[in-house]
Amino acid sequence: MTQEPMSAETDVLVIGSGAAGMYAAIEAARSGCQVLLADRSLIGRGGATVMAQMTVAVALGSETPDHWRYHYADTLTAGRGLCNEPLAQLLCEEGPDCIRAMDGWGVGWARKDGRITQAMAPGHDRPRCVYVDFLNTGPAVSKTLRTFVNKSSGIRKAGDLCVVDLLRNKGDVVGAAALHLGSGAPVILSAKATILATGGLTRLYRRNSASANMGGDGYALALRAGGSLVDMEFVQFFPIGHLAPRLIGMDPIMWDPFRYKLGGRLLNNRMEEFTQHYGVAEDGKYVITRDVGSYAILKEVEAGRGSPHGGVYLSFQHCPERALRESFGPVIDRLAANGIDLTRVPIEVAPIAHYHMGGIVADAKMQTGLPGLFAAGEAVGGANGANRLSGNAITEALVFGRRAGRSAADSVKRLRASPDHADDAQKAIALIAAEAPTRNFNTAEMQQTLQKTMQDNVGALRDEAKIVAAIDTISLLADELGDTPPGDGNRFDMRRIDWFDLRNMLLVSRVVAEAALARTETRGAHQREDYPRLSPDWALNQTVGLQDARIELSAGPRDIAEARS
Amino acid sequence: MSENATLRIWRGLDVNDGRWETYEVPFEAGQSVLDGLRWIRANRDPTLAIRFSCINANACKECMVELDGETVYACTARLQARKMTLAPLSNKKLLRDLVTEIAPPTERFRNS
Ligand SMILES: Cc1cc2nc3c(=O)[nH]c(=O)nc-3n(C[C@H](O)[C@H](O)[C@H](O)COP(=O)(O)OP(=O)(O)OC[C@H]3O[C@@H](n4cnc5c(N)ncnc54)[C@H](O)[C@@H]3O)c2cc1C
Ligand code: FES
Repeated sequence: MTQEPMSAETDVLVIGSGAAGMYAAIEAARSGCQVLLADRSLIGRGGATVMAQMTVAVALGSETPDHWRYHYADTLTAGRGLCNEPLAQLLCEEGPDCIRAMDGWGVGWARKDGRITQAMAPGHDRPRCVYVDFLNTGPAVSKTLRTFVNKSSGIRKAGDLCVVDLLRNKGDVVGAAALHLGSGAPVILSAKATILATGGLTRLYRRNSASANMGGDGYALALRAGGSLVDMEFVQFFPIGHLAPRLIGMDPIMWDPFRYKLGGRLLNNRMEEFTQHYGVAEDGKYVITRDVGSYAILKEVEAGRGSPHGGVYLSFQHCPERALRESFGPVIDRLAANGIDLTRVPIEVAPIAHYHMGGIVADAKMQTGLPGLFAAGEAVGGANGANRLSGNAITEALVFGRRAGRSAADSVKRLRASPDHADDAQKAIALIAAEAPTRNFNTAEMQQTLQKTMQDNVGALRDEAKIVAAIDTISLLADELGDTPPGDGNRFDMRRIDWFDLRNMLLVSRVVAEAALARTETRGAHQREDYPRLSPDWALNQTVGLQDARIELSAGPRDIAEARS
Repeated sequence: MSENATLRIWRGLDVNDGRWETYEVPFEAGQSVLDGLRWIRANRDPTLAIRFSCINANACKECMVELDGETVYACTARLQARKMTLAPLSNKKLLRDLVTEIAPPTERFRNS
């Protein structure tokens, strides 16, 4: 059964309602535009923003003197020479403004004696990270923006709208085609400007901190529409993701704030600290950066010194119960409900895919190379180079979102009286509402196969043989997927949704794998065991485009985003 | 050591025309009902419709279902070695299987 197409028209279409998308919608509406804020999930709930628990890096200088230039210097250092400087500068320079705006809107940054508290985090030269207690940063950011979106006039919201392709008129992007999950119907969204704020891709990996909506849709949408991606090989693994015992109702990233406040000790299965063998002696403090941490843990596991579930131990047994309670209050009770008493047992942790440094090529106005298309948030590549500093991602989402909203509004005023007609709308409708093939295949199982392959072969430690094998598996899965989505096409048709997800996940996985294969060195989050050293020749950013369904890689000058625009 | 949970699940597109299906799900202590439902999709029946985003964080609040007649989050309710009956929320419009229309009316797409 297939459904009649539906449609809507707007000035600015924002795809994705995380921090970036919501801020973009607010800014575009403030400039007088009609905005349609679409999300495949519920508004403000589907992505990384609402799950973030920790901190936001910003040179406020509320406790220790600071300047955005220091934050910028730390960001460039962490990026191992690959940051897109104008984007990194924008992030650091406008961060304080966005954080103060959020403060004014009542987000509730933690304070001491009236001043916003700033915590120390690895890679930052001074305390710079603001947060909302307890482990409530993301939910508070999301709720604050949601409330503001609801108060803004001119923003229409549409959840359960899964965008499957951008629409074009000649080269210009003029909106998008979506699958309306609540009915199964195709939807044509016509817009004078479109903003991709779809977040990251960490769902491509088996061990991840992702939501179900983080399979890299935005990257695939941009690619298929003719856009370029950059730095796609740089997937950040978070070294101490929760592994065991099974913990529910808590995000696997939760141990980071514990380490910020309490230090904690990383131990191998001999109950010995080991990071000093990888160049970083911790002494009970949290100083190890993410790339080194992941490497050290995976190497201990490889050497047979891992914990039972394939990670290492993280212990807070030396911390008095009182200190734990003071720092984490109700969280300690939630842990108890899961049968975990930190004063008695260590937990197991392992690297999990957490953030994507790469993404859509955009300039400091958030313009992509495609007229009519803007990008914002984690969907944008380049600001963080080869490795991201902790706390930079939410700042990036807020700052880039605000900028994208303004730029899109400006372009709407300059450009068209009404949205152009899309050349490819019929094709998109036909795909979304297609009659299913008779072939039977398990889409959910295929996703698991892909995630396992990416984890094992294109994960935190890579080499040529592993990556080549992954590319083979990806091709086989793509063959199995075919050209037509399965299912009855009625409302909430899971196999059809899975199929559209896989279509994106397979494309984006292939891009990550090919970029990782080409980069024959180790730098930041990209760690090649067959090329274990940083090579000065690779002080380049790789960009990716699609040429007749073929992936084309090119290594260009580092300021390629600027050069293109 | 692995044990089984027996999940009895309401399936269908129409409240008045559904059926019950039963699945045996192996699990480790500590897992959630959502873990069980995702296992069914990957290993038994990918057509089973469920709704969730965040999986672990209990942040998205999308995964509400009725477990033995009580409203729970599938991602925080624990899987147990017994028969567990799962049905869609009875006070919301049914979409399919365990999925109901939970978005506030102002956040739904309207054809225009
Ligand atoms: C568990 C976790 C903890 C984190 N903690 C921190 C932290 O403490 N500090 C920090 O700085 N960063 C942190 N990060 C990273 C940071 O949260 C993200 O980088 C940032 O929130 C991204 O914001 P965004 O708006 O770009 O994307 P998201 O918040 O991910 O939003 C993207 C939205 O797009 C929607 N979407 C995707 N595809 C489609 C489609 N095809 N059609 C329609 N809608 C679509 C999704 O449903 C989602 O709602 C964390 C990330 C995770 C996962
Ligand atoms: S899956 Fe997000 S709250 Fe249950």
